[in-house]
Amino acid sequence: MTKIRSCSMPGALILMLALGLPGDLTSAQGVAPVSGDPATNAAADAKPDLRSLLAALPTASFADKRQLIQQLLALGDPHVRAVLQAFLSDSLVVRTRDQHVFLGTISEEHADQLQLTDPLTSATAGTESPDDFTTIGVNNQLRKELRVALAQYDLASPDAGVRLAAVKEMLRALEPRTQQMLRDRLSQERDSAVKREIQVGLALADLDSEQAATRLAAVTELANSLNPDVYNRLSAMVEKSGEGVYGEPDPGVRAAAAKSLRSIEHYRSFYAAIQTLIYGLSQGSVLVLAAIGLAITFGVMGVINMAHGELMMLGAYTTYVVQLLMPDHIAASILVAIPAAFLVSGLVGVAIERGIVRYLYGRPLETLLATFGVSLILQQAVRDIFSANNRPVITPDWLAGTLQINDVLAITYNRLYIIGFTFALFLGLLAVMKRTRLGLEVRAVAQNRGMAKAMGVRTQWVDALTFGLGSGIAGIAGVALSQLTNVGPNLGQSYIVDSFMVVVFGGVGNLWGTEVGGNSLGIVNKVLEPYVGAVLAKIFVLVFLILFIQRRPRGLFPQKGRGTDA
Amino acid sequence: MRESFVNAPFAALSADRGGRWFLYLLLGTAVIVPLLNGLPGTESALHLSNYTMNLVGKYMTYAMLAIAVDLIWGYCGILSLGHGAFFALGGYAMGMYLMRQIGTRGVYGDPVLPDFMIFLNWKELPWFWHGFQSFGYAVLMILLVPGTLALVFGFLAFRSRVSGVYLSIITQALTYALMLAFFRNDMGFGGNNGFTDFKDILGFSLQAPGTRALLFVATALGLGSSYLLCRTVVSSRAGRVIEAIRDAESRARFLGYRVESYKLWVFVLSAIIAGVAGALYVPQVGIINPGEFSPANSIEIVIWVAIGGRGTLYGAVVGAFLVNFAKTYFTGALPSFWLYALGALFIGVTLFLPHGVVGAISRRAKRRAPGALHE
Repeated sequence: MTKIRSCSMPGALILMLALGLPGDLTSAQGVAPVSGDPATNAAADAKPDLRSLLAALPTASFADKRQLIQQLLALGDPHVRAVLQAFLSDSLVVRTRDQHVFLGTISEEHADQLQLTDPLTSATAGTESPDDFTTIGVNNQLRKELRVALAQYDLASPDAGVRLAAVKEMLRALEPRTQQMLRDRLSQERDSAVKREIQVGLALADLDSEQAATRLAAVTELANSLNPDVYNRLSAMVEKSGEGVYGEPDPGVRAAAAKSLRSIEHYRSFYAAIQTLIYGLSQGSVLVLAAIGLAITFGVMGVINMAHGELMMLGAYTTYVVQLLMPDHIAASILVAIPAAFLVSGLVGVAIERGIVRYLYGRPLETLLATFGVSLILQQAVRDIFSANNRPVITPDWLAGTLQINDVLAITYNRLYIIGFTFALFLGLLAVMKRTRLGLEVRAVAQNRGMAKAMGVRTQWVDALTFGLGSGIAGIAGVALSQLTNVGPNLGQSYIVDSFMVVVFGGVGNLWGTEVGGNSLGIVNKVLEPYVGAVLAKIFVLVFLILFIQRRPRGLFPQKGRGTDA
Repeated sequence: MRESFVNAPFAALSADRGGRWFLYLLLGTAVIVPLLNGLPGTESALHLSNYTMNLVGKYMTYAMLAIAVDLIWGYCGILSLGHGAFFALGGYAMGMYLMRQIGTRGVYGDPVLPDFMIFLNWKELPWFWHGFQSFGYAVLMILLVPGTLALVFGFLAFRSRVSGVYLSIITQALTYALMLAFFRNDMGFGGNNGFTDFKDILGFSLQAPGTRALLFVATALGLGSSYLLCRTVVSSRAGRVIEAIRDAESRARFLGYRVESYKLWVFVLSAIIAGVAGALYVPQVGIINPGEFSPANSIEIVIWVAIGGRGTLYGAVVGAFLVNFAKTYFTGALPSFWLYALGALFIGVTLFLPHGVVGAISRRAKRRAPGALHE
């Protein structure tokens, strides 16, 4: 199914043979026969190869270049794609002295040199001064041609991802020729995502059709597409313009469009709700992270530790130091930082308990003031050691990226990780409190100190360990926060009010309360945000909490069977 | 116990030696500082710079604030970690009056709208700004706004018996929420920058030496009368009930006292004093911004009281002066040292000086002369 054609280049008088394109494509693009006398086709039976086509390029006219591109495409040579790409980006160059064609990019080592690549082998061909080269020119029409050619090239790729990208690229500016290409592809496409993309794209194109029936079919086809273009187009169809004319003249099609639009809106609001839920959960998880250590020190032991935020800050700085110590293993640094931060913050916590808090048991307001003093000292120490500026903590690759579920729902991986991490931390802590000897003793001391002591529990030891555990958890929270916010001396301060509110909201002494409370506050915050803005949403949540505590001073899940407060 | 309203403060003072000393000292300061600032030439050794007078004036407003906190914490056991909010609200009310006084002298020269509103492209004055061109109205607001907030907040909190650390935490949340709100440009309070560039008060230029001296005297008066007011309250019969509530709230309730009402009124009074202190602070310092609402500020107030010695009123004044003097000195001389020092003060005072500086001194005096003083 090939045609032999010839063309004579007026300038260089190069005669060459070209392998034609598949017939359907040729007809779709409606290429006119090329000028030239068949009688002069001296080399009519010689098969053109990449080398000869490239050699023809430098001297070809724009019209001839167009032909050459099609011929290059037909070669099926794996090196062609790079050539077309270079051609498109103005980096296909000719060496003046021998008319050799290269892919030339600015050299990375020497900005004044061209890094050359041999188009035939994709091997590097050294660097040379750009003065000896001229770029093979393209005009806008050729660029369009090249884009289509590249897309067509990619459309045949075995990799579904490449095909999808190619379809998207083609849909950006659909013309009859590419439309036909897509229709052909649709019949043989096996990947459902690519298929769907093509269908939606073609249906979108059909919306411009003169026939009302075609438009109607397209509108129905688009009923459950989440593509934002579809939504905009359908909305435009059912809306009245300034002059009172509908975007869509036919009432039947308009009604169908409105129906499709409703269906799309239904889907969109569903996914928007899921997104709000996940955003809310991730924000709530940050709150839970900040509060869960406090749920131990404040909730179980009743110690108001105002330095809690600074213990998180220490955890974040530990992450930074770990990354400094192992610059070649950033991916693993987070995993190393978690136990390291637990140790650092936990030891500082034990020091605070042994040095200060133990003298102030039973005097919560004094504890509050003394630990606030500790927080000031820790902040200033960090400022003196690491400077007052924020420290850069690198996010490992495996934490970055986005999970694109569909056109309207995309969730960054760090949100999912934070939700999972927080929940795991919560379960771990719950297990420690409910299943271990330490947890048992902690609960015993919290419930009845004197009785626990009489039963042989070393209460002082338990106090120190409990405080250390809560502080260590704060350190782990700091590792997670280092991935989400700036690591600076003020990191802790910004969470202290929130974290106390979460613990009080959830119910003091109740880990489940903290988990549920934090997550529900996060969700409420995210639900409010679109209506009133982030800051006002936070203010509303705070006011809500203040009022809530008036109604239920013991939180969502109050502990039962405790005596009245003294 | 039968005292007329007029001589009640003096009767209260008769048993209050520290308070008398404090008032004499305050009277001396109020007379001498402006004189030393105004009369001797600038090169004279006796001359007090504007800066120093301003600083002492600022400390006096802090001392008022400390008295307000001591009234509720030292006598009623309510630890408010949000008293900075009342101070800042009073300051903002005064700031609004001062902003309206700028008139056409602002950068944009609008006779009605303050500069920041022009900058935000606002066309008319928000409703809550009306009336602030009048000093009388502004004074009313200085008393009413913090008072009303305290009334509503206290009514809700005390009625549902939120107390102890829970109350501390929600007062902290209150000031935090207000800080976030005042940082917003749309609130109409100048957002991040707050108010500044004030020109004059009651028609007198704020830069004029006479105005400064008068402001200083007014602040001293404010401090003195707040002290007398609080002293009168705490030595009255109601004051005894308030102390009883601090020491044994349930017992006071069972004895038939309406604990909530006592707490509420003392809380409102304290908030109003804090608001007046803020109003006196703003014209002297020349700026008010949302940073005043920050929870850390409010905690610092508590430490002034703790360091001075709670439950004495004059101890709060001593603490406010000591800590702020140290702060001014160290932030200039050893900037990074200050936060260590402040942190160590918090820890040291709570561990070693539970009754503050004043408490430690009077204890020592008591030990030397047993039975001479009775608290």
